[in-house]
Amino acid sequence: MAMTEMPPRPNRPVYLDNQATTRCDPRVVEAMLPYFSEQYGNPASAEHSMGRTAEAAVENARAHVAALIGADVREVIFTSGATEANNIAIKGAARFAAGMGDKRRRIVTVATEHKCVLESAAALADEGFETVVLPVRRDGRLDPGALRDALTVPTLLVSVMAVNNETGVIENIAELAAIAKEAGALFHSDLAQAVGKIPLDLTGWNVDLGSISGHKVYGPKGVGALFVRRRPRVRLAPLFSGGGQERGLRSGTLPAALIVGLGEACRLAAAEMAAEADRVGKLRNGLLERLRRDIPDVRVNGSVTARVPGNLNLTFPRAKAADLMGAVPDLCVSTGSACSSAAVEPSYVLRALGLSDHEAARSLRIGIGRFTSPADIDFAAAALSAANAACEAALSER
Amino acid sequence: MTEMHYLDANATQPLRPAARDAVLAAFGVTGNPSSVHRPGRLVRRIMEDAREAIAGAFGGQPGDLVFTSGGTEADCLAIHAMAGGRRIIMSAIEHDAVRSAAGGATVLPVGVDGAVDLRALDERLSDGVASLVCLMLANNETGVIQPVRQAAAICRHHGALLHVDAVQAAGRMPVRLDSLGAHSLAISSHKLGGPAGAGALLLAQDAPFAGPLIGGGGQERGRRGGTPAVALIAGFAAAVRASAADDLVTLARLRDAAERAAVACGAVVCGDPAYRLPNTTCIALPGAAAGVQVIALDLENIAVSAGAACSSGKVQTSHVLRAMGLGALAGEAIRVSLPWNAAAADIEAFATAYQRVAARLRTTRGPTLVLDAVRS
Repeated sequence: MAMTEMPPRPNRPVYLDNQATTRCDPRVVEAMLPYFSEQYGNPASAEHSMGRTAEAAVENARAHVAALIGADVREVIFTSGATEANNIAIKGAARFAAGMGDKRRRIVTVATEHKCVLESAAALADEGFETVVLPVRRDGRLDPGALRDALTVPTLLVSVMAVNNETGVIENIAELAAIAKEAGALFHSDLAQAVGKIPLDLTGWNVDLGSISGHKVYGPKGVGALFVRRRPRVRLAPLFSGGGQERGLRSGTLPAALIVGLGEACRLAAAEMAAEADRVGKLRNGLLERLRRDIPDVRVNGSVTARVPGNLNLTFPRAKAADLMGAVPDLCVSTGSACSSAAVEPSYVLRALGLSDHEAARSLRIGIGRFTSPADIDFAAAALSAANAACEAALSER
Repeated sequence: MTEMHYLDANATQPLRPAARDAVLAAFGVTGNPSSVHRPGRLVRRIMEDAREAIAGAFGGQPGDLVFTSGGTEADCLAIHAMAGGRRIIMSAIEHDAVRSAAGGATVLPVGVDGAVDLRALDERLSDGVASLVCLMLANNETGVIQPVRQAAAICRHHGALLHVDAVQAAGRMPVRLDSLGAHSLAISSHKLGGPAGAGALLLAQDAPFAGPLIGGGGQERGRRGGTPAVALIAGFAAAVRASAADDLVTLARLRDAAERAAVACGAVVCGDPAYRLPNTTCIALPGAAAGVQVIALDLENIAVSAGAACSSGKVQTSHVLRAMGLGALAGEAIRVSLPWNAAAADIEAFATAYQRVAARLRTTRGPTLVLDAVRS
């Protein structure tokens, strides 16, 4: 008979902020090690064997990235991260088309996109492009009809993220890409939060451009990739040039170690995604169940069904998110996107879902991931319930 | 595989042990430096300590240092942020990163020694047109050190801005933005023995900054979006600290020994007698195509290059050597660049291999032609 398993000790502090960044998987670190030591050649130094060794490692990694997202190896361009990839995709597609005399000026995106997508689109407004930012429904998803309406004006590019970074809500990328395609527009998707979480088939879905981040998928920070469709070929103007690496789309010495790390992270994700989604989803559901039992009025923001397994975005009935976090310093959660954590503004994503500023200020993002243990969830459930009770008691005393 | 003697440091350097330790330690810490919780703050502190160390080492303020993905991005960011309608003037020997960002720039000639013509700079600027000047501190192919301090004085006299690509100079000679008097400095981590994938743009306090090249998220005070690569940044700082202890005199002696061995075989040194980086020599073997020399040396387990690594894949003559007026020699020059850990054994191996390769390749052209090539 099976022995009773002891619950593993919680990690301290308990890290439930896996949408901000993830731990670099020790297996990924292990894979990078040779490229941080004896294999230090520049992948562009094709003239000598050390350069060729590095180049081979880069190409092997490229194949792993391509396989995970349903692409051809030649469709993957390495960048410094998803932010850069989003910048290249949006600005690059618009500028290239305009440079070729394309008269279309409309860029369509969504209110809940990552800041770097919204800022890239806004930057194009200064160059004579017209940016249309579509609202989302209460469940956090884009209404396909709203996209169709926006596309009645000839449109260059549509950018819709596959998974939202604050709510974990999943968009139907295949459906939205088809609508864009029908209208003759290019379709870009920020995949930073989707890679390794949900199966992706960029070729089958007719996506033209897709952005990937290393550190959101248990890889290193400082590396990412851009998917650029080959058939039919999507043409881009590079953000900056130089040595002409990555077919001129992204110059600069390729960081072989990081790219190997991203490749290994993608290989692991492909192999473990299904089992991990199941495990993480169970942890998430368990946490939600216990919080609902202790705090019956707690509300989940965004669709519960079309949602990645690791995410919870909760609005508490009375307690402020900042006070809850202050009460449990050993629990790492967040009030929204990490980039703007320092800013005290309420989340624009939650406001786009229809939450008031007050509701947004009572909302927490909880990100469960590969290294979250059941004990971590026990701790988080107990700690948040206690913190909520304490905050509510303090509010009642006033 | 037999041990490779790596003499291609200007393409990339071996990672310094201190940098590797710092990188690996930082990979063990989870957190986004923008997050407010404890892991976030811890990671942020690693990054801010690195920012202080790097800014301090290169003569600037931590608040004026923008982390980038590398030297190329730093150069392009400098031009993007400072050009603002200004005319761009650059030397003829700039790296492709600067050349492509400075489209339509006025080009300053260099002498046969590879140093920029300062009189031409002064003349160009005397028309009073608002300008951004781009001048590298040391050339990546010849190692020739440019008169940047004088150029900065000329620029400031005329009210022009000066951006300095210090990618190859950093870690191999003293580099300080404040004493150079320039407006900005581009630095790359992996060229000084840190990890690839990180770099920085260091701005002078009076440098303008129009806007980011990569926007979004508001990181780096709104000057560069994207989650900073903290582990790389930690390694970058460790490499900067470690490079301060390098014995550059010994490195120069080793370089000189390699150079003497090549000259004894009939090679010509490009950029001699200008001041050069202690680790770099660019040697032309009359009559022998550079690509053939590099492949022949690779077979002898010596890693060198024919010009910049970025363009290694392409077959084209170096714009740097052509600008120096080297004629046919421009296609016959290889770059030998010593890494921070180069040893006497590497140089001995190079000398032996070079003698063999030169003896084989030289026969394609007679001694008279050799002399002609040198004179031309």
